[in-house]
Amino acid sequence: MSELLFSIFIFTLAAFVGFEVISKVPPTLHTPLMSGSNAISGITIIGSLLIAGKQESPLLALLGIIAVAWAMINVVGGFLVTDRMLRMFRPQRAEKHDGSPD
Amino acid sequence: MEVLINAAYLVASAMFILALKRLSSPRTARTGNLIGALGMLIGVLATLLHRSILSFEGILIGIVIGSGLGAVMALRVPMTAMPQMVALLNGFGGAASAVVAIAEMERLHLHHSIAQASTALTGSIAASVIIGTITFTGSVIAFAKLQEILSGRPIVLPFHHGWNALQGIAILALVTLLLLQQRVWPEATVLELFYLLTAISAVLGVMMVIPIGGADMPVVISFLNSLSGLAAASTGFVLSNYLLIIAGTLVGASGIILTNIMCTAMNRSLPNVLFGAVGAEAHLGGATDRIVRSTTAEDAAVILGYARSVIIVPGYGMAVAQAQHAVKKLTTLLQQRGVDVKFAIHPVAGRMPGHMNVLLAEADIPYDLLYDMEHINPEFEHTDVALVVGANDVVNPAARKDASSPLYGMPILDVDRARTVIVLKRSLNPGFAGVENELFYQPNTYMLFGDARGSLEAIAEALKSV
Repeated sequence: MSELLFSIFIFTLAAFVGFEVISKVPPTLHTPLMSGSNAISGITIIGSLLIAGKQESPLLALLGIIAVAWAMINVVGGFLVTDRMLRMFRPQRAEKHDGSPD
Repeated sequence: MEVLINAAYLVASAMFILALKRLSSPRTARTGNLIGALGMLIGVLATLLHRSILSFEGILIGIVIGSGLGAVMALRVPMTAMPQMVALLNGFGGAASAVVAIAEMERLHLHHSIAQASTALTGSIAASVIIGTITFTGSVIAFAKLQEILSGRPIVLPFHHGWNALQGIAILALVTLLLLQQRVWPEATVLELFYLLTAISAVLGVMMVIPIGGADMPVVISFLNSLSGLAAASTGFVLSNYLLIIAGTLVGASGIILTNIMCTAMNRSLPNVLFGAVGAEAHLGGATDRIVRSTTAEDAAVILGYARSVIIVPGYGMAVAQAQHAVKKLTTLLQQRGVDVKFAIHPVAGRMPGHMNVLLAEADIPYDLLYDMEHINPEFEHTDVALVVGANDVVNPAARKDASSPLYGMPILDVDRARTVIVLKRSLNPGFAGVENELFYQPNTYMLFGDARGSLEAIAEALKSV
């Protein structure tokens, strides 16, 4: 029971940190925020790896592989597409690519 | 080893928080994303050191398939399809969490230890499978709607809300049964109960999203984003893994904040969006007998070319017409003539939070020309021309004036206060909310009918000879 209590403890604190940090993200970055946080929610990969690696039964091994693949799509797809988007965001000053001043 | 792994998890947690913190400015966001990816790598590598991992074969297969598919999707998706992409990623995250929960249940069954499992563990597994499955099927439906495999219009079945309520009650009842009877009933029965729970959750995910119309998608995607995080967090409860709890909760919080912003911007509550299904019937404000002034690209070019200040208001129509590059071209031409060009972005313009910003960034329009609703609204009355590119409900003055309108009370961009308004639109059809737009009949409004991209290109061409 104390394990559960400690988990709830961590959950509550993380929620406060999340609200604090994310309310400072400007609207312009809301799409990258979604795709980037999506990649972070791919953290389920850790649970998936543990199942896929234990090889306790054929069924569990199969479930493990499926979970790893799905979580990995989330992780790789999420971080890559976020990077692709963020690369495009430029301020006005940086508009000239030849490096000459405005 | 245990200590080392946990230390690595702590580092990864800190890196995720840092990654989100750096998203507070476009300047630092890219390195932030990189820090997040590194944190994930650290978490994965540390997990591989775990002594319970005996075989790397399955892991390798899963990683190769998943990374390959993820990379192909991320690199090939066009920016206009980003809402679908995010919906799909939400779904896969939820699915992975649900599969982990199912596997944990099967593992208990394999060791004949369902009866010995603590109530906290069984409860966490149930929560994880419910949230994960709803996220998965709900996101697949959202994807199908955005990809136009399914109609973007609300699909409402007879007694829709009644069925949803029934499923909600069934889920609660099954969870209660599961927790009370896991020590009493035979394992096979408990397992069947568990799969029934999974199946009902899957149906509920479909039923929840299918009645929701296209214009409400920003709310739904944000909500599913939050659920995908909470699914990961509940998996963390199952495994007593704090990294999962922290990372999942951060994402859950992020999604809830976005959901809240989207709801506020539509002046609606989340239950109203999820269970309201508005937009099914059209509300025509008796505006049919009024005069619309339509204009030509040449005349629009003259109006824009001799303006001192122009505010461009993009909407979903810009995304549909893929007109962002044409917008950029026109912007550059106007700026070369000394016209002050700004962009006004409504929070729910498009199909997901920040949709317009990403499209304009793709077209190389600097982000400091983009203004939020609160910052740009006072400027409309001092602006010569407001150019509306495929936006409708978010510029409908009825939201301010007409208490009988379904849009009444929704914060809008005060486009109607500009000296001249030019609206690029395919036809006079009402927007997704099915509400007639007063703006189109104003004496200072000119309508330029046609595909937004074609119209913008024609204006740009005409502007060269103004």
